[in-house]
Amino acid sequence: MSAQPVSRDVGVLRAGWGYTSVQDKIADAVLAGFWTWRWWSAFALTFAGTLVFFAAIGYLFVTGVGIWGVDIPVAWGYAIGNFVWWIGIGHAGTFISAFLLLLRQKWRTSINRFAEAMTLFAAGIAGLFPILHLGRPWFFYWIVPYPDVMDVWPQWRSPLVWDLFAIGTYLTVSLVFWYVGLIPDLATLRDRAATRGKQIAYGLLALGWRGEARHWARYETAYLLLAGLATPLVISVHSVVSLDFAIGIVPGYHSTIFPPYFVAGALLSGFAMVLTLAIPLRRYFRLHDFITEVHLDHAAKLMLVTSLIITYSYAVEAFMAFYSGGEQEIYVLTDRWTGAYAPVFWMMLALNSALPMLLWWRAVRRSAAALFAIALLVNVGMWSERFLIVVQSMHRDFLPSAWGMFYPTAWDWVHLLGSIAFFAFLFLLFIRWLPAISIAEMKALVKESADKPEEVASEA
Amino acid sequence: MKPDALYGVLAEFRTADALLEAARAAKAAGYRDVEAYTPFPVEGLDQALAIPPNRVPLAALVGGIAGGAGTYFLQWYSAVIDYPVNIGGRPLHSWPSYIPATFEITILGAALAAVAAMLIMNGLPRLTHPLFAVPEFDLATRNRFFLCVRARGPRFDAERARAFIATLDPLCLCDVPA
Repeated sequence: MSAQPVSRDVGVLRAGWGYTSVQDKIADAVLAGFWTWRWWSAFALTFAGTLVFFAAIGYLFVTGVGIWGVDIPVAWGYAIGNFVWWIGIGHAGTFISAFLLLLRQKWRTSINRFAEAMTLFAAGIAGLFPILHLGRPWFFYWIVPYPDVMDVWPQWRSPLVWDLFAIGTYLTVSLVFWYVGLIPDLATLRDRAATRGKQIAYGLLALGWRGEARHWARYETAYLLLAGLATPLVISVHSVVSLDFAIGIVPGYHSTIFPPYFVAGALLSGFAMVLTLAIPLRRYFRLHDFITEVHLDHAAKLMLVTSLIITYSYAVEAFMAFYSGGEQEIYVLTDRWTGAYAPVFWMMLALNSALPMLLWWRAVRRSAAALFAIALLVNVGMWSERFLIVVQSMHRDFLPSAWGMFYPTAWDWVHLLGSIAFFAFLFLLFIRWLPAISIAEMKALVKESADKPEEVASEA
Repeated sequence: MKPDALYGVLAEFRTADALLEAARAAKAAGYRDVEAYTPFPVEGLDQALAIPPNRVPLAALVGGIAGGAGTYFLQWYSAVIDYPVNIGGRPLHSWPSYIPATFEITILGAALAAVAAMLIMNGLPRLTHPLFAVPEFDLATRNRFFLCVRARGPRFDAERARAFIATLDPLCLCDVPA
């Protein structure tokens, strides 16, 4: 009887891995993992941050949105900026798992699982902010169409209602996509778990999966369909989010380039976050054979492309303002360059447009340390962009008598930083309890790399 | 066969290629109720086992249409029939504004229908299965490939099935009690 296949070096997977070793590497991190002081200190730190976040939410609910810096004319402050930023971060996860699956990109295999988890957590946190931002958050469900005793319905012409449908669908489909991908791996964990409690927990979650060929056939069809459905979905979500702004006639908001511009920005921040998570993850679990320089290189190239697209969008925005001849449009634009929030604008340009130009160099794209630094800074840059769009446009409206400034309060910062801590906390829980890389797909990749290495390497 | 009821005869293989060969051989030998178990989807196994195309895409189509049509109807009914409000003289049936929600729920309906159909047609979730009683079967989610000739139909003969599987040179051969 012939031996089991052993992987060959195909760029996205290094040589020498078999079915068993791949599984043990990934599954044992969960079941028998090396949870060192580094994991525990990160856990403690982010847990503390999470507690602060929820305490701050409690205080917000008790006191009201007055604890933030929002006021008239800038009624949308950090909360809406955070919302757009977080939902954008989620996009890369869906892009990796759906787009790249349809395009048969092999490098998605080892990064799609944790990128999808990132999507889920980011979109969930994003969904919190509009609710926190409501004056009476306990009535948030009024936006949902249901036959209520008040006899009123949502206003279907409002982009805020579209938002509910877009974000709600996005969260649900992301969750389902992620969970369906997990089912075979949960079965693996069930069969591998040593304690009864884990066997029951993973067994229930695995839904009785047993790897039957007929099941796999339907599973693969459903998975491919989900990818095909998630692809237009991910484009639509940030487009709808951008319509929250573009439908309004506020100068600086009212622009037709917003949907593609927002989607490109979302992918830029999303890939930055994927790298922010992937680089420590691969270092901590020593996953250098699974998440190779090729993965970093590809993600960096996508950051470069999306950075070029948003740079183009910035240019078009400026051009259109002048081309429109609208006095107010031109003023809001020049105020962006020279006004009160100019430092934020120039920081945005430096971090989102200039800094990613370093990624033209292969050496930078393949250096984990350099990429990590760039990714962190791009995250900051993308947050500045969201801030600028939300705040700067509003603080110089049509009516000069209504002009005013937005100054963030300490609570603005607590809610922003708290949400980041909460995100990291959820991610730490995820890598503690679930396989961060798809075990079943990695085994298929092992076989493919052994059977036809040239083909896989060229696709990767 | 009746007293010590049998679910089937199970064979274990080390590689996917050996399983594929075994599946083809079993089909060629005339065994119709043959099922394979693998840790990941194996290319070519559908053909080897003659698995017909599945109906998951149809379910997704129906779910998508139901979601989209239902959402459009909801918007139209609530804005035109149930609670018409004249806002700046805009038409009550302002269909372009209805597109985003319609689109989103089309996707949602199709996605949920695809997954629900996959699970229902697969008979999942399921708490137990005769195969889980076989100790070696744990490896079906790890690194082994299994072929099961199921004891169905009046002409099934366990002795002959065992003898046939033995010719496929499996790692191990065992009975699966029903």
